[in-house]
Amino acid sequence: MEERVRTFDEVVLGYSEEQALAEAARCLQCSHPLCVEMCPLHIDIPGFIKLIKTGNYIEAAEKIRQRNCMPSICGRVCPQEVLCVMGCKNTIGDPINIGALERFVADWELENGPVTPNTASSTGKSVAVVGSGPAGLSVAADLARKGHHVVIFEALHEPGGVLTYGIPEFRLPKKIVKKEIDIIRRFGVEIRTNIIIGKTLTIDDLFDEGFNSIFLGTGAGLPKLLGIPGENLCGVYHLNEFLLRVNLLKAYLFPYKSRTPLRVQGKVAILGARGMDAARCALRLGAEEVYIFYQRRIVGRIDDIRRGVEEGVKLQPLTKPVKLIGDEKKWVKMVELMKLKQEPSDGIGGQKLIPEQSFSYSTETVIIATKHIPNIIAALNTLRSVKIAEKNKTVIVNPETLEVVDGIFAGGDVVSGASSVIEAIKAGKIAAESINRYLLKH
Amino acid sequence: MVNEIVFKEELAPGVKLIKVRAPLIARKARSGQFVILRVNEDDERIPLDLIDWNPKDGVITLVFKEVGASTKDLGSLEVGDFIHDLVGPLGKPSKIISNGRVCIIGGGVAIAAAYERARRMKEAGSNVVAIISARTAKDLIYKDEFKKISDRLIIATDDGSEGVRGYPNNVLRNMLELGEKFDLVYAVGPVILMREIAETTKPYKIKTVVSLNPLMVDGTGMCGCCRVTVGGKSMFACVDGPDFDAHLVDFEELIARTQMYREEEEVALKIMVKHRCKNWK
Repeated sequence: MEERVRTFDEVVLGYSEEQALAEAARCLQCSHPLCVEMCPLHIDIPGFIKLIKTGNYIEAAEKIRQRNCMPSICGRVCPQEVLCVMGCKNTIGDPINIGALERFVADWELENGPVTPNTASSTGKSVAVVGSGPAGLSVAADLARKGHHVVIFEALHEPGGVLTYGIPEFRLPKKIVKKEIDIIRRFGVEIRTNIIIGKTLTIDDLFDEGFNSIFLGTGAGLPKLLGIPGENLCGVYHLNEFLLRVNLLKAYLFPYKSRTPLRVQGKVAILGARGMDAARCALRLGAEEVYIFYQRRIVGRIDDIRRGVEEGVKLQPLTKPVKLIGDEKKWVKMVELMKLKQEPSDGIGGQKLIPEQSFSYSTETVIIATKHIPNIIAALNTLRSVKIAEKNKTVIVNPETLEVVDGIFAGGDVVSGASSVIEAIKAGKIAAESINRYLLKH
Repeated sequence: MVNEIVFKEELAPGVKLIKVRAPLIARKARSGQFVILRVNEDDERIPLDLIDWNPKDGVITLVFKEVGASTKDLGSLEVGDFIHDLVGPLGKPSKIISNGRVCIIGGGVAIAAAYERARRMKEAGSNVVAIISARTAKDLIYKDEFKKISDRLIIATDDGSEGVRGYPNNVLRNMLELGEKFDLVYAVGPVILMREIAETTKPYKIKTVVSLNPLMVDGTGMCGCCRVTVGGKSMFACVDGPDFDAHLVDFEELIARTQMYREEEEVALKIMVKHRCKNWK
């Protein structure tokens, strides 16, 4: 454990072949598998597990790939406990660890088997995908396989979106993300980094350049500040800045292998329920103590929350930040919080939280990890009528087809608000179907 | 080839001008915008003002001072070398005043950015009074260019080696005391210079705009690293700025935030210098 919290190496070691075979053997091969129903992508779970049982790992991986273009990523980051695993009917012992099996075959394939791109002949149609996160990669993979020419535009210098800048190395190694993206490139998808749609080029420019359709998968990566005093003191980060510095720019390798600095010192206060990844990073960067202060429920996979707590992250529910106090050099030194309590239930609706008592926490580093709002630079800077919801700034689509307006489609967090990787992949698949239909008609 | 350096010139000791092939940026750039670049892989992302751009030949001009490890590395690139990553144009364009009387102030390396703004305002029909300042005469850049486009040019150096001895805010104060009127005072340069300009014009209630240069990471509004308090509200310099009403900016906070990583910057610089020395042997 001491060693684990000092490095950014992957925490969860995957199954060995023996372990995978043993776990696969426990699958009941139900005739009406609830796990498939619970999976947002409806992956044929008993089907791929059956192939594991017979040692056909590559075929098993291909079976998953029919529905999910990023199995080694989903095997690691999906909250299986509330999806497929929740549907597992095995009541003898624990439910089947479907995620670990998915990861095993997908990693096996990345190591041993060439993933043979199975693409249709060229249709002559082209699609521009804005954003290279899970939604964009998913729509691109499906459209490329149908024979359309796909170009993904990415604002940052590396593709992957949240997979690259958001999820830390110790949960999702970046070499895995690179390999999965390389497979999607092999389908013929072109990725152009350092281009901000809405700035460098606009949606209108893309249509002018001859793209037949556009997909917006720009995600929900904009920070929402708390609006409390002291938020701009030195040593106060928004979650995104912290994660960008750590994951995208490898601040943990500063100063020899990265030029991006990040100062994590003393006691760290994380304000908000989305802070578990940052908390675990902070411990690895040498924090003395890390507290997450949040209101009701911490966001994340159960497994990762459990591991974070194991590593030493302290959770403090029913709390709300009031203000941040700095020293004479304008560095944060203390956070003032309010302890909340649940109002006795009146039997109607949820329980309200009411202030109980204020308290303070001495700290030298604060990370704000509350809400995220959609990135809409692309959606705003166009002459076409892309409608944005007033309240939460999401792009408004036809919920069935994910069409925004003639030829423009959108999906993932930019439509739903911050959600999960697998929901974004699902949205990408739905959009790919709609775009394919649109391209055949036009 | 995109991101290729096609021209390089040393304007003053440690101050370099490069022209880079970046056709998409050159096509979209507007006055007051900037780019973010990474010199090498594993490098930090650094913002630089767009000084000029030509949509026809697809070339942009950047001017920078070699202060830290990354800018020194950028300065060591030669014509024919490539910048690893380059993205833009970023930020909101500056408001160009046409047919007004404007005072444009540039300090140090940011004289280049001031020149860009001054040129646009002159082209838009404004009367341009320019104050350019540097520590000493040999640090002054864009002097001849400013002479061509400004209706009046005042040079100030800290040591008096050229022009007026002293700071540009003193020059401006003298002008205001003599009753000169401006529709806009626009300042770009070190944060302290911009703060002093803001304080100078405040009693006269002259519209004053500063182009801020806080630390940045992504430059697209994602991270909030560049946040500044303007009129009591948190603003992101990368998407809400970089130009802000000088009388509303919390400069003390900005100064503190700009210096957040001073120690780390020195460490990176030391390592770079050591590394270079080793390679030279």
